[in-house]
Amino acid sequence: MDKIRASLLKKSVATKIERRGKILSLSCLALIIVVVFLIFYFVASRGLATFFENHINLWQFLSGTQWNPGTTGTNGQPAVGALPMIVGSFLITILSALIATPFAIGTAVFMTEISPKRGAQILRPVTELLVGIPSVVYGFIGLQVVVPFVRNTFGGSGYGILSGTFVLFVMILPTVTSMSADALNAVPRYYREASLALGATRWQTIYKVVLRAAIPGMLTAIVFGMARAFGEALAVQMVIGNATLLPQNLVSPASTLTSILTMGIGNTVMGSLQNNALWSLAMILLLMSLVFNLVIRYIGRKGKLNNER
Amino acid sequence: MADNTSMTTDQRNIMKFDPKAHEIALSTEDLHVFYGKSEAISEGDLQFERYKISALIGPSGSGKSTYLRSLNRMNDRIATVNGKIMYRGLDINSNDIDVYEMRRHIGMVFQRPNPFAKSIYENIAFALRQRGMNNKQELDEIVERSLRQAAMWDQVKDDLNKSALALSGGQQQRLCIARAIAIKPDILLLDEPASALDPVSTSQIEDTLLELKQNYTIIIVTHNMQQASRISDYTAFFNLGKVLEYAETGDIFTNPKVDLTNDYISGNFG
Repeated sequence: MDKIRASLLKKSVATKIERRGKILSLSCLALIIVVVFLIFYFVASRGLATFFENHINLWQFLSGTQWNPGTTGTNGQPAVGALPMIVGSFLITILSALIATPFAIGTAVFMTEISPKRGAQILRPVTELLVGIPSVVYGFIGLQVVVPFVRNTFGGSGYGILSGTFVLFVMILPTVTSMSADALNAVPRYYREASLALGATRWQTIYKVVLRAAIPGMLTAIVFGMARAFGEALAVQMVIGNATLLPQNLVSPASTLTSILTMGIGNTVMGSLQNNALWSLAMILLLMSLVFNLVIRYIGRKGKLNNER
Repeated sequence: MADNTSMTTDQRNIMKFDPKAHEIALSTEDLHVFYGKSEAISEGDLQFERYKISALIGPSGSGKSTYLRSLNRMNDRIATVNGKIMYRGLDINSNDIDVYEMRRHIGMVFQRPNPFAKSIYENIAFALRQRGMNNKQELDEIVERSLRQAAMWDQVKDDLNKSALALSGGQQQRLCIARAIAIKPDILLLDEPASALDPVSTSQIEDTLLELKQNYTIIIVTHNMQQASRISDYTAFFNLGKVLEYAETGDIFTNPKVDLTNDYISGNFG
């Protein structure tokens, strides 16, 4: 009897191994948290230096339209107005999401509702393949195909928001499609059965029941696509023209936060205003992706509440 | 289960109605159902009398649910259904039939309560709206009538705009029944409607069905033999994809002609 008591009180090998595993995985987690935190800290410290060390007015930074750090603008202040890039980034993101959404939903409906077999066998692998294509390839095709097409069809140089929108549309389409398809697949089968059993047609069932139930998931997919479009640098940089001017129309050269960042970061000296201003752009990017993330989480949580009781 | 597979018996006892004395609402002839290559229903020929409750009983995997789902072609994209399903002199298992229109006349309630994530009102109005009915007054009347028939009007009349998902399981199932009868079908198919419910909800559903019998032909699959004996007029016993016995419920439970039926209802297998 005492033997059993003793063995129950003794720390066994199994518990030791368990503790070791716990510590190991915890330290992995801690490392990632530290890295993320350091990135935030670094971007913020360099990005805020523009305002605290170089004494640039935040409002001027956000609303100014002249960008040429290191020189003085027409108003006598340093020319660090980021508005053209901010507008360019948002415009290109919203436009590409607007074009991609109907295509993505249509494809997802076909994949999950209309022809699930072909969807699973052909369409899904193809979409997943598209996600994996490097962005420089998209950019190169954009440069060789989309830019001349836009030039010949809509006039201008071909470089601009419109070309960027087309390239981004193709880039985010697979992401939005496969996430929308997941959202549709997650709609319980009994919703469809209930609707069909009431004499609703397949189209009525898809439109009124399945799509309605999948709205939170599909919104998440769209916002996810927008986040990707907002953060895409290389492909956009290749087709947008990179002129730091407030876009007057869709076919004149423009720029985005990311394109100016990738163009400029190698040509500036650490600690200078030119460099700090670029970090400020990076900070805006970081904050925006944070906002996108929060929106996705918010939608996800709301969707869960709707579908449970 | 090993017992009943080894019992190879050709004993069958299928009642046929005299068409002069009984009005047949629905019947199947030579019905076979295949999932891929495996045959789920090999012999299922039954007649269902109008304004009666017919129960389908049998052990798990006996094909009773498959049979029921074939009746309003819910198996269309899942299984191959061969044979005739006669409704008002028409074979509704043919390609010429408008399936969606047919399901208006042959409604279905499922095992698991499956209300839409909409309000109680919109759940019932759904099918009507799909039919182009938009008159608010008309909709209100039908919603109230359907909920009254499903015996839940008094409980929910003040909460019609609340989400149907906030109802209890039993109420959800009665809402599904109300939703099914809102479009005034001829025949109501129920696939174990009470198997996910507690005894109180079950008995309420049973009372509802007995009420509905006056206006609807009801075919119900049930696992619960007491339920079949309580509410049904006729009972069919399924085993391994075959109907072995079909007779008046009283006869089936007191004096089964087929040995397997006797074994099943006395609890020897299943």
